[in-house]
Amino acid sequence: MDVCPQFHNLQELRHSASLANKVFIQRDYSEGTTCKFQTKFPSELESRIERTLFEDTVKTLNNYYAEAEKIGGQSYFEGCLACTTAYLIFLCMETRYEKVLKKIAKYIQEQNEKIYAPRGLLITDPIERGMRVIEISIYEDRGSSGSSSGSSSVSGSTAR
Amino acid sequence: MSQLLHASLDQQQQNQQQSGQYDQICTRSSSSSIPATEAAEPAPCPGQRGRSPRRKWQVFPGRNRFYCDGRIMMARQTGVFYLTLVLILLTCGLFFTFDCPFLASNLTPAIPVVGGVLFVFVMGMLFRASFSDPGVLPRATPDEAADLGRQIDSLGCSRPPPRTREVLINGQTVKLKYCFTCKIFRPPRASHCSLCDNCVERFDHHCPWVGNCVGRRNYRFFYLFIVSLSLLTLFIFAFVITHIFSSAGSNRTGFLSALKDSPVVVCFFSVWSIVGLSGFHTYLISSNQTTNEDIKGSWSTKRSKDNYNPYSYGNILTNCCAALCGPLPPRSVRSTIRTKVRSDVKHTSEDPDSDVQSAPCAPEVSARGTTRFGY
Repeated sequence: MDVCPQFHNLQELRHSASLANKVFIQRDYSEGTTCKFQTKFPSELESRIERTLFEDTVKTLNNYYAEAEKIGGQSYFEGCLACTTAYLIFLCMETRYEKVLKKIAKYIQEQNEKIYAPRGLLITDPIERGMRVIEISIYEDRGSSGSSSGSSSVSGSTAR
Repeated sequence: MSQLLHASLDQQQQNQQQSGQYDQICTRSSSSSIPATEAAEPAPCPGQRGRSPRRKWQVFPGRNRFYCDGRIMMARQTGVFYLTLVLILLTCGLFFTFDCPFLASNLTPAIPVVGGVLFVFVMGMLFRASFSDPGVLPRATPDEAADLGRQIDSLGCSRPPPRTREVLINGQTVKLKYCFTCKIFRPPRASHCSLCDNCVERFDHHCPWVGNCVGRRNYRFFYLFIVSLSLLTLFIFAFVITHIFSSAGSNRTGFLSALKDSPVVVCFFSVWSIVGLSGFHTYLISSNQTTNEDIKGSWSTKRSKDNYNPYSYGNILTNCCAALCGPLPPRSVRSTIRTKVRSDVKHTSEDPDSDVQSAPCAPEVSARGTTRFGY
């Protein structure tokens, strides 16, 4: 499932790909406390990825979270069933939210493998950050000199 | 048009050239399906085998206590919780031992059965409310805190720098405050509990009787606990009184008799507060407010005529259903997942998989009695 052949290879090759910067996509609270992230395209990613790809990723994630937090027939049924069993039913069954979170984790991994890692970016699952931010790590390649002109402008503009 | 096409083709070619160089970025997620009871992963590099794995709850920066390998999360002061347990167990124990045999034989055996079901439900809800993560927001990682700091500084050179953000929620302006301890802008309805030293989502209050904060993840358990406890208290009160009046002729003096009748006293004094609290929280649920908001009068029309609660669904039934039967979010602070605490500063800052809050400067902590991390 990994893009890199084995985890320890990442350690050994760390000298040729290093973390340059991190971008944080904040939450959008305009519709209340439901989980939704801003789709504003950060300037640090302008040279790294197309705007449409980024917006598609964030919109899909927002849709997943909306599905997880949807209040409707299914969630009421699940809630009432859980209450009548004194919530013991969750010992043998996972909640709808947990099922959607697994789908989200799979989606993020797939996006990282197909789209973000080839561009030197990595998305961290928002659940790791308390659903506060989507953290996108920007890597720059220190090994080659030719293609680092784009990334050096990114690292040069932000002080570390 | 053709120039744009050429530009995009060039970009794609450049991306493809760059893609080979970034293949070594490992995209394996640290959050995916790692069971809590899994054995520790072997060290990724032969040279790093000396580091012992620490669990996240062992380095949790708040003032919480963890039990059962991080599965149980409570506040630091749990004395009053044990008092709650003792009162409930003692009262129910005396009721089942001394009153139920008489009531079952003279009235109906359904009484101990219903009492038993209520008792099990009360205890279940109490444990669920006490032991669950109330919805603690993990503290900002150093990178996140630095990024926020840069954003705040770039907003202007006014002193002191702005520590609030305004957002428009359903037409109502809500101020988000910056938490100096957690280094985050608190989401709407979140608040920092000074006793537990955590920011909690949808913070209601810190309940010493339950030994935990009441927040987004355990509010329904707290509410069901107080409602079922009200019913249990009224139930025991009613039937002990029945027993006393039914056996009024017999000799009921002495210490043993007083002990047998003590549930009445306990129930009499507690029924007012518990039933009152249930009623108060029923009002809060129906208007979709938290205790915190109600006490501060956040949505009161006394503040301004246009003030209204932007979170309310406008309908009592929907508000109740949303609070009690809405989806239950899982814990954000995944305290039972093992992560390695890296003592090497350089690796910690570069490794995207290392999301332990105790980055460079933090001391290691023992399993019990987590110490505060001074930021």
